[in-house]
Amino acid sequence: MNFEAFLFYFFAAIVVGAAVAMITVRNPVHAALFLVLTFFTSAALWIMLEAEFLGIVLVLVYVGAVMVLFLFVVMMLDINLTRMREGFMRFLPVGILVAVAMATVMSLVVVRHFRVDAPERAAADYSNTEALGRILYTEYVYPFEIAAVILLVAIIAAIALTLRRRPGTKAIDPAKQVRVSREGRVRMVDMKSEGKS
Amino acid sequence: MISLAHYLVLGAILFSLGIAGIFLNRKNVIILLMSIELMLLAVNMNFVAFSHFSGDMAGQVFVFFILTVAAAEAAIGLAILTLLFRNRQTINVQDLDEMKG
Repeated sequence: MNFEAFLFYFFAAIVVGAAVAMITVRNPVHAALFLVLTFFTSAALWIMLEAEFLGIVLVLVYVGAVMVLFLFVVMMLDINLTRMREGFMRFLPVGILVAVAMATVMSLVVVRHFRVDAPERAAADYSNTEALGRILYTEYVYPFEIAAVILLVAIIAAIALTLRRRPGTKAIDPAKQVRVSREGRVRMVDMKSEGKS
Repeated sequence: MISLAHYLVLGAILFSLGIAGIFLNRKNVIILLMSIELMLLAVNMNFVAFSHFSGDMAGQVFVFFILTVAAAEAAIGLAILTLLFRNRQTINVQDLDEMKG
């Protein structure tokens, strides 16, 4: 077994172990952290596959943004853990059965037909990021822009969903403040002076 | 040597674990969302492996788009989840029966 195979089995073992831990632990915070470990080790595997850019994006976007968002939400919500675990033992056998059956069937198909050996390693001056950027900004430029629009929609949707207008707050509307004119505030009155003459 | 089949089997195992997670944690919406992320990761693993072993960059472009859509999905899903918790004080799937589904 050479070093590359050792690395693959090492990372694969961590990925699978962390995924199993993620679906079985009691505490959602621990589950999120195990999912972080899964993503991180998968990034290592992707870098072994010469997809450095995607490996780094997986760490930055997934571990850095999405999983932190998950952790935020998990810690913000006050979850009743004992009620959440109801039915875990009841569904454990059927869950294991379905998972083992699916993994076996897919593995049988895959092992039979995809025994492709690894291609030559790229040269030392080959840049995966450059190659990906080249194809992304030429051939896939329209899908790339659609992806940007999808992200914009997600931003607006998330804000619109969670925005809450509470009645009775004493917050000031800046637009109203700016629109104030002299006429609305000051009234000049003509009157005789009332002092001693 | 590590062949394409190794990576595909790993992806298959990850996908099955995601499905098992949905079976086991049927009550907890947060874990359900995390299981969906796990399944998406398995799909991405397959895409990257195929891309490397067939020498075609298109697979990595697809992974890029899947990551984008998955991030959007996670953001909206969690926004709905917080809204749900604010209105119902629970995220237990069993209690969400307003639509009589």
